[in-house]
Amino acid sequence: MASIKVHLEKCTGCTLCVKACAFGAIHMSDRKAVIDMAKCTLCGSCVAACKFSAIEIEKAGGPKKDLSAYKDVWVFCEQKKGVIQSISFELLGEGRKLADKLGVKLCAVLLGHGMEDAAEALGERGADKVYLVDHPALKSYQDDPYTAVMVKLVEEFKPEVILCGASTIGRSLISRVAIKTNAGLTADCTGLDIDAKERLLLQTRPAFGGNIMATIIAPNHRPQMATVRHKVMQPAPVQPGRAAEIISKAYPEETFASRTRLLDIVEELTSTVNISEADIIVAGGRGMGSKENFALLEELAKVLGGAVGASRSAVDADWIPYSHQVGQTGKTVVPKLYIACGISGQIQHLIGMQSSKTIVAINKDPDAQIFKVATYGIVGDVNEIVPALTKEFKRVLNK
Amino acid sequence: MNIIVCIKQVPNTTDVRIDPVTNTLIRDGVESVINPFDAYAIEEAVRIKERCGGKVTAITMGPPQAENALKEAIGLGCDEGVLVSDRKFAGSDTWATSYTLACAIEKLETYDVILTGKQASDGDTAQVGPGISTHLDIPQVTYVKKIVEINDKAAKVERMTEEGYDVVETPLPCLFTVVKEINTPRMPSLKGMMRAKSAKITKWTAADLDADPAALGLDGSPTRVVKIFTPEARKGGEMISGSAGEVSKELAELLKGEVV
Repeated sequence: MASIKVHLEKCTGCTLCVKACAFGAIHMSDRKAVIDMAKCTLCGSCVAACKFSAIEIEKAGGPKKDLSAYKDVWVFCEQKKGVIQSISFELLGEGRKLADKLGVKLCAVLLGHGMEDAAEALGERGADKVYLVDHPALKSYQDDPYTAVMVKLVEEFKPEVILCGASTIGRSLISRVAIKTNAGLTADCTGLDIDAKERLLLQTRPAFGGNIMATIIAPNHRPQMATVRHKVMQPAPVQPGRAAEIISKAYPEETFASRTRLLDIVEELTSTVNISEADIIVAGGRGMGSKENFALLEELAKVLGGAVGASRSAVDADWIPYSHQVGQTGKTVVPKLYIACGISGQIQHLIGMQSSKTIVAINKDPDAQIFKVATYGIVGDVNEIVPALTKEFKRVLNK
Repeated sequence: MNIIVCIKQVPNTTDVRIDPVTNTLIRDGVESVINPFDAYAIEEAVRIKERCGGKVTAITMGPPQAENALKEAIGLGCDEGVLVSDRKFAGSDTWATSYTLACAIEKLETYDVILTGKQASDGDTAQVGPGISTHLDIPQVTYVKKIVEINDKAAKVERMTEEGYDVVETPLPCLFTVVKEINTPRMPSLKGMMRAKSAKITKWTAADLDADPAALGLDGSPTRVVKIFTPEARKGGEMISGSAGEVSKELAELLKGEVV
């Protein structure tokens, strides 16, 4: 069983570990760190924080495995209705850098039906190889066949790294694949890098709603798997004429069996585009006052070519469907521009939008929390300012 | 119908504050609560019981004080609580956590439906639900926003997607992870609170589970944290003032680069 200990001769009583512990498990006694084993979760934050190597976690975990058979960086390319989703291009962009640092090939994995042309096009996005599995059962995502095919591919070709979008499909699929292949998986990464010497994927992700960042590795397991947050990485540029080697794989029919059955795919036709994909989001909160006023946001979003987001209170008031909710119990978004209208900025909302590139806040309360994260703040009445903005942008953008 | 709901006790994010001087998390006085998404799973479990009859068992893996979360779940309508707690589980990542919970679920007699929140608010991984269903080798539907039909053998549910939702049919047993839209959780009833007070929580340690010791806790976890740091806090920027027309003009000018 794993254990943690403090090397008292090295501990200087500096308290860095106390601050690093998210579980309040460390206190100082006689200027030495003491770990409360009832609270410690062996998360390793204190080991990472200690500048004197005074804290050590001993892990039983068997002998170091021979991992040399594992090669290449894979990107799972998500498709819906035969269209490759934009997150896949972001993963190929990031995957290219990782593959170059490791000195290996970048491979795309594409599951679907009738996707040959799309597979060819992945070469232009930087893939050296494309593993293509074509079957009617893979046309739309279902957990069982997708998992079975991915596991077979991983077992045969042994990738070193697999990247997958932190989307509904990506998170559902890769969680299953990681269990089946006994691999380490890190969720929702916002930063990736390579330790070239140890051939490790350094996976950085937010935790506690973005209040802390953690870098995670999987030292003794392959493949190293990560889901990556949408819109954080730069998409791979198109290189016309660049070709990838296409490797088509067929499997016995039982591989494609699904216990669940997809009966229907419903796209909710709201007047605005999907907030996870939008580069510009105009969001409203309780301060909009009414459902009618909330409609003002749609006009501004339309002029800007953006989507409409909402705080939880606006959704709870039934001014807009839940699919538009940004924040802890809604979606995490990273647009280039986020315009927060009548949103006070409670921590649960900030968690979902504070990584946006530019944030504009409009609120009548000058002390509203939202101003603390805003690039530009305007104190005033949203019902006057939003229509004025719509008018101004119409003029500027010649719409 | 035997319904299992997997819950996690988490720090209440409303209370999580950053110390402006040291730039670290302030934990003093941070209350522990049931993960907000799991509250919807509990409510849905109780609603399925009300529709189909049966029993709801809440299960959690955590430190001894996680017993409080189970008592709260009983107050909200669950029938029984199981606490899986052992020092041997410390350091579990999502692989080891889902393995441990799957072992505990297998120890329960039978199950038809397993519910859990789409993710926990502290780790935000959304990996443990799918991990449990994979270890148990049962089907799953993630991000469920509505259980349209359910009987002893099968269920029809709506699964939230980025664009809308999928309608999916599944045989039981099946694991569902649920989103907020699925219901509005009820408040604990007085009767429920009384029951919670006197409820006896089943407690299992590693020795009670038919589990491979090497697959538990830190030893059974492929991933390891190597660094923790506080991101640079976003600073408030420029305030723009004037009439609605003036501020609009100024803002449009400032945002020129962003909106073209």
